[in-house]
Amino acid sequence: MEANRERFPFRNAAQTVSRRAGRMTNLIPWIVALIFGVFWSATYLLLGRMHGMWPMFNSEFPFSTARLFTSHIAELPTALGAFRSRSANMNTLVASGEVAAWLYSTVAFLFPSVFPSQQLAGQFYDVVAVVTALVILGLALEVRAKGKSSEAIKKLIGLQAKTARVVRDGAEKDIPFEEVIVDDIVVVRPGEKVPVDGVVVDGTSSVDESMITGEPIAVEKQSDDEVIGGTINKTGSFKFKAKKVGKDTALAQIIGMVQQAQSSKAPIQRVVDQISGYFAPAVMILGVLAFIIWYDFGPQPNLVFALIVLVTTLVIACPCALGIATPISLMVGVGKGAENGILIRSGAALETAQKLNAIVLDKTGTITKGKPALTDVIAVNGFDENELLGLSASVEKASEHPLAEAIVNGAVERKVQISDTQSFNAIPGKGVEATVNGKHVLLGNSKLMKDAGIEIGTSEEKSRKLAEEGKTPMYVAIDNRFGGIVAVADTVKEDSKSAVAQLQKMGLEVVMLTGDNERTAKAIARQVGITRVFADVLPEDKAHNVQKIQMEGKKVAMVGDGINDAPALAQADIGLAIGTGTDVAIEASDITLIKGNLSGVVAAIDISRATMKNVRQNLFGAFFYNTLGLPVAMGALYPFFGILLSPIIAGAAMAFSSVTVVTNANRLRAYKMKTS
Amino acid sequence: MTIDRILVTIAGLSLSGWIGWFFWFSERKSTKVETMESGIQEVVIKVKGGYSPDVITVEKGRPVRLNFYREETAVCSEQVLFPDFNKQAMLVPFKTIPVEFTPDREGEFGFQCGMGMLHGKIIVE
Repeated sequence: MEANRERFPFRNAAQTVSRRAGRMTNLIPWIVALIFGVFWSATYLLLGRMHGMWPMFNSEFPFSTARLFTSHIAELPTALGAFRSRSANMNTLVASGEVAAWLYSTVAFLFPSVFPSQQLAGQFYDVVAVVTALVILGLALEVRAKGKSSEAIKKLIGLQAKTARVVRDGAEKDIPFEEVIVDDIVVVRPGEKVPVDGVVVDGTSSVDESMITGEPIAVEKQSDDEVIGGTINKTGSFKFKAKKVGKDTALAQIIGMVQQAQSSKAPIQRVVDQISGYFAPAVMILGVLAFIIWYDFGPQPNLVFALIVLVTTLVIACPCALGIATPISLMVGVGKGAENGILIRSGAALETAQKLNAIVLDKTGTITKGKPALTDVIAVNGFDENELLGLSASVEKASEHPLAEAIVNGAVERKVQISDTQSFNAIPGKGVEATVNGKHVLLGNSKLMKDAGIEIGTSEEKSRKLAEEGKTPMYVAIDNRFGGIVAVADTVKEDSKSAVAQLQKMGLEVVMLTGDNERTAKAIARQVGITRVFADVLPEDKAHNVQKIQMEGKKVAMVGDGINDAPALAQADIGLAIGTGTDVAIEASDITLIKGNLSGVVAAIDISRATMKNVRQNLFGAFFYNTLGLPVAMGALYPFFGILLSPIIAGAAMAFSSVTVVTNANRLRAYKMKTS
Repeated sequence: MTIDRILVTIAGLSLSGWIGWFFWFSERKSTKVETMESGIQEVVIKVKGGYSPDVITVEKGRPVRLNFYREETAVCSEQVLFPDFNKQAMLVPFKTIPVEFTPDREGEFGFQCGMGMLHGKIIVE
């Protein structure tokens, strides 16, 4: 993302400025109110004014009244609106506290004679002014902090290129990206963003896909490779054919999924919602009851004390902190995931992900690359390794077998020469034969060798050992003499071993599930450190095996490819789909990993845990604050220690409690992904 | 106990009772949504410190369009969430923002602001 900024200094600067300007306009009423508030508060603090000390300083009445109805632009009307719909919120509480203080002060100012003693005729205009200022300051800080919380989604939206250069009627033309249609040929030059998803048709380049997949290293692209909209072309120019445009692009779908997840509800919040529905009215009732008790049994002047307690109680309670505790952390957590190529579908998925006990990994394509590769070349009887490989690759070049491709690629990688073949012949169930450079070559299993009367000798033992390691060995004979063995295997992804170790360290039981035979399965499992293996599992039985582990009373996550594994993903408590390129909206999955490797699984579970920990901290903080603050505000400490909170302290506490919650959630932004 | 104390106690207790009744037990009017010629159930919801109307009755299986009109700039109500339908919308002040969905099951579904302070309810029949 930083790199992005450097590459487009002007556009980004312009965006930042306009975004800041937008934020500023929103803040202007707050700032104006704040300046007034601070001014008024300062006057009181500087003059050391206590209520009732200057009963003659009456000029406050009109100001305070004006303040109550003007600078409360947000509070009073909102409170009234809420009242009309018979609901109560933070604004209702603060506004009613302030109205009570204002009413009392006004009566004391206009009709001091109604009070039996002058002592009672104190005025609380300062309370009205300072509390308002504090609440507004708190809100301003909260708005600022919240802007940060939603940064992830703004970044994603900002990734979209604004224009695309397409070839139409033989000429290159700049058009808005919305107007690109499927099958358009799009030209991308170095330093430009790829506007939509598609497939390269011409040219080569390296593309920075970190913003979508989380993969830090630029990916090389050539013809037939997929490119993703929103990624940045780095070195060369290329042309690609648009395949997905508009709302179908990976980026658009990612944005949609993140927005959906951020607006979904974590189950933990249902409880909070029930409480917050009762919270504000309950506080009002508590305030009134405290007023009665202080009036009836409190010290003199009882009316003043009762009023202070009423106002303090109303002001200190903060349903807001409780209400935002969960959604704000969720928003940051889900956004953080998206930044790292982890798409969490909902709050419920996030909450379940941190409770997992077991994780089931599909072998092929999840632990392994899902594509066989050449692993061993063993030459015997005086043959040279490269000669053996060269001849094998030449024969296999003509074959269409998937293992053949692995041998050919292996030969290319080792820079071994591949020659043309004559009279190629595939022998079903056994292997292939062909003539290369005048040499007759046989390649296949032991049956093929036996039928040709070729002696394998001690190599049979070597072959068995290779098979035990999960590899597929093939025998090679040249001009009717045994030449050696070439072996291919589906190789383990680089990070699989460390990711499995991480998962185990996190207290998860790691289980491998595969359709392969037990021997191959065990061999791979050993390589990555998995002890529990379900082998020979038919595709339709995968879900059943997941259920088996669930029956042990465990919460199970299944990691698979989202197409063949859909039923198992759906059966699991959490389905983690490993996506490939632009295919991100996988229905059956709760979490989609855009980058297809296992360290993404570690990160996904880790971020769920961090987010839920943050949620619990927030909820605890908010509950603790309210259950502690309310009794103190009602004067519970007064009989024992003579402590009574001033409404101003209450206002400050209330204003900063929700800021604290948002700030705590924002700590998640600094969270670093566990990478193995 | 002096007469003023008795009066304050009685007044306070009745006020508490009234608060409880007003916010928790008083009957809320539900607005039945009209079906337009197009077959869409459409209603305008005013947003100002709360949702008005806040209880909306709709028919199952027919598309619903709720047109939110936010009459305030207070940040509290800038977002409206439908957690049961995984839907959300940013409400631009003084602009009609439609939220559309088709309820496929009966029951009561809440909607709320981003902080869960303002609440409304959709009753699907």
